[in-house]
Amino acid sequence: MHIELRDIRKTFGDVRANDGISLAFEPGRIYGLLGENGAGKSTLMKILAGYQPADSGRILLNGQPAHFATPADALRRGVGMVYQDPLDFPPFTVLENYLLGRDRAVNLDFRQAAAELRAILDRYGFAVDMDAAIGSLSLGERQQLELVRLLAGGAQALILDEPTTGISASQKDALFATMRRMAAEEGKSIILVSHKLEEIQELCGHAFVLRKGQLVGETALPCPNRALVEMMFGQVPERTPRPPAAVEQPLLEISGLGVRTQRLTVGDINLSIRRGEVFGLAGLEGSGQALLMKAVAGLLPAASGRIALDGLDITHLDYHQTRAAGVAYVAAGRLEEGLIAGLSLTEHILLAAPRRDQTFFIRWGAARETTSGRIALCEVVGVPDSTAEQLSGGNQQRMLYAMLNEGLRLILLDQPTRGLDVRSADYIWELLYARRREGTAILFYSPDLDEIIERSDRIAVFSGGVMSRIVEAARTTADELGHLIGGQQ
Amino acid sequence: MNDTLLVRILASIALQAAPLMIAVTGETLTERAGVVNLSLDGKMLMAAMTGFVVAYTTGSLILGFLAAALVGALFALIVAFGSITLKHNQVAIGFVLTLLGADLSAFLGQNFTRLPGPSVGKFAVPYLKDLPVLGPIFFNQNAIFYFAILLVAAAWWWLFRTQPGLHLRGAGERPEAAFARGASVTRLRYLYTVLGGALVGVAGASYSLGIKIGWSEGHTAGLGWIALAIVIFGGWSPARGALGAVVFGATKSLATVFQQNVQGVSVVAFNTLPWLLMIGVLLLVSSDWVARVANLLPPRLRGGFLRLVQVTPPRALGVEFGQE
Repeated sequence: MHIELRDIRKTFGDVRANDGISLAFEPGRIYGLLGENGAGKSTLMKILAGYQPADSGRILLNGQPAHFATPADALRRGVGMVYQDPLDFPPFTVLENYLLGRDRAVNLDFRQAAAELRAILDRYGFAVDMDAAIGSLSLGERQQLELVRLLAGGAQALILDEPTTGISASQKDALFATMRRMAAEEGKSIILVSHKLEEIQELCGHAFVLRKGQLVGETALPCPNRALVEMMFGQVPERTPRPPAAVEQPLLEISGLGVRTQRLTVGDINLSIRRGEVFGLAGLEGSGQALLMKAVAGLLPAASGRIALDGLDITHLDYHQTRAAGVAYVAAGRLEEGLIAGLSLTEHILLAAPRRDQTFFIRWGAARETTSGRIALCEVVGVPDSTAEQLSGGNQQRMLYAMLNEGLRLILLDQPTRGLDVRSADYIWELLYARRREGTAILFYSPDLDEIIERSDRIAVFSGGVMSRIVEAARTTADELGHLIGGQQ
Repeated sequence: MNDTLLVRILASIALQAAPLMIAVTGETLTERAGVVNLSLDGKMLMAAMTGFVVAYTTGSLILGFLAAALVGALFALIVAFGSITLKHNQVAIGFVLTLLGADLSAFLGQNFTRLPGPSVGKFAVPYLKDLPVLGPIFFNQNAIFYFAILLVAAAWWWLFRTQPGLHLRGAGERPEAAFARGASVTRLRYLYTVLGGALVGVAGASYSLGIKIGWSEGHTAGLGWIALAIVIFGGWSPARGALGAVVFGATKSLATVFQQNVQGVSVVAFNTLPWLLMIGVLLLVSSDWVARVANLLPPRLRGGFLRLVQVTPPRALGVEFGQE
């Protein structure tokens, strides 16, 4: 199907998310849509998929103008989109989830739907337990089910929004193979929305680049990364190199630590982290990295073992006590665990202040000033009176760093740059390096192996609750880590 | 054998539970769509009063039930308009309507208190009524009981076996996903809030026209709150909700039996029994204790036990939906 977008415009408040974008997609090809956070990629694709209307502009399918009132409408015309966070129903079974909206018959025919679903899953080599609840599946599996649902609904053009965030390497390979097949054998148009250059280079034949709501360039792929980066940012941003770590005294000493939750048991962790060290935890999400960090932060009780900070036993301290001891924990879920929707940025800074700086009566003037300084330092686009949920995802992430107090001894980070583009991620790390120069140790988890290798001094790999041997970042490769994640020593 | 005290008690429990089953089913449908309608108690009072007054003045039971359903639907429409269209707090609107219902029903019904009026009669199912024990309990009952049972079965089938039921549940679990699949979330929420309200209205009239016949101030007071608790106890499933209604009815009867047979304890003390049970169950099913108990069981039984006992509310319950 030939798709053409003509002069698409969309504004949110004062922000021009899409400022007159025109581009076209041919059948049987794979396109990459690139741009930094807030460039307007998702907005444009949501318009094409019928999830939100454009303020003005036209969509042409095979030369015919099309108007989509809803995503279901768009799918009937052959356009389907897989969202970053799959739009499915966690408590439903796989079959129920597949059936919702499948047809208009009143009675649900589970048997026929099961056969139909099985056939499509087999055709693309996906394996999913059909009686399982959606909520118990991995993100990759849920994504595959969304893809299958759209294909069953007759999608001729598929949009995938950041599809590789949070899925395993093998799921990514399966996904890419499927997309290649669908383009080559079935003539589907495929659009990959991403800020990861490597993926776009690997999969796509053509790239469109957006910046500040406008189409700023297009190119055939592969092409030099540098050319794409220049289009995305207007210039090639400098990467901050990791300053070398001085060999310092051990700060955090963990011996024989065990943590138990209903889902996962982590056993016998032995770690010694030095002052000013950046220590990376690798592995698939949910392999025990977050449990380790939560145990150190006092958010989960240690089932066994000992945790010492600067010689002080903090094993049985609760979160507020570890905070007072100079430990900071930055959660992966921004709005779920990190920020409070409805409270202003000033109120966040006040709440995050150490207890000794808190006064019964709030001095709002001083608090606003502090907040202005902090958000300027962390490049949060907002004002002290903005509420947390008004910030974009990237700015919420930066706000979490603005809330970190001075003089910390240890910072624990769960996915510090999730969803951030190269430049924003680099800036976050620059802030963290500044902390490290003051002697703060940093322990972090990231699903991105390249980030782990680039940013850490030393690395430990987690696999199913078991921690591997510790490797020096300078002497390892993504391949070696990949093998460790697979459970090979 | 069919006329022993025990059988008579069981038959009375079943009948007492019927209006609760209807109200619980109505509220379950509403909450499954993502709307909490807290006006239940006031709605039932208004409907009980309206149903009785209309049936008394017109002499028609059907008109009485229709009027009660209409009153329930109207109250629900106010909640729907306030929470879906105006995006106000669902809890506050429902709560104030409950208070309004109590006083308005007392005012409007003041000239109709303690009057003998029409009532729904018994209907014996041929042949089945003669079954030993089961016959008198299930098949020689008030018509309201049959309606409740059929309603629970129909609601269960609708929710779990039909495409519209899937849409309904989807709207309460993840409205944005339901929207992406072609469901009109706002329309669904209006529809099931009003339908649920109408059913609660029928439940109120069932009480004043079939169980405790007549009208007096505060006639059904408290029943609406119980129904709300049973919706949670029932894990937002009509079948489990019906079971909850029966369990509640049984403890009430048990309290009566104790009152008659245990000496030296204040009669009033036994009235607290159902509430103690209720709060105990509510504390248990919504806590992680269930998971702890499950971990003590052999792994083979764990899944089944959790499915039976653990409840999770619709994820978007009380969460407004607005397209970006």
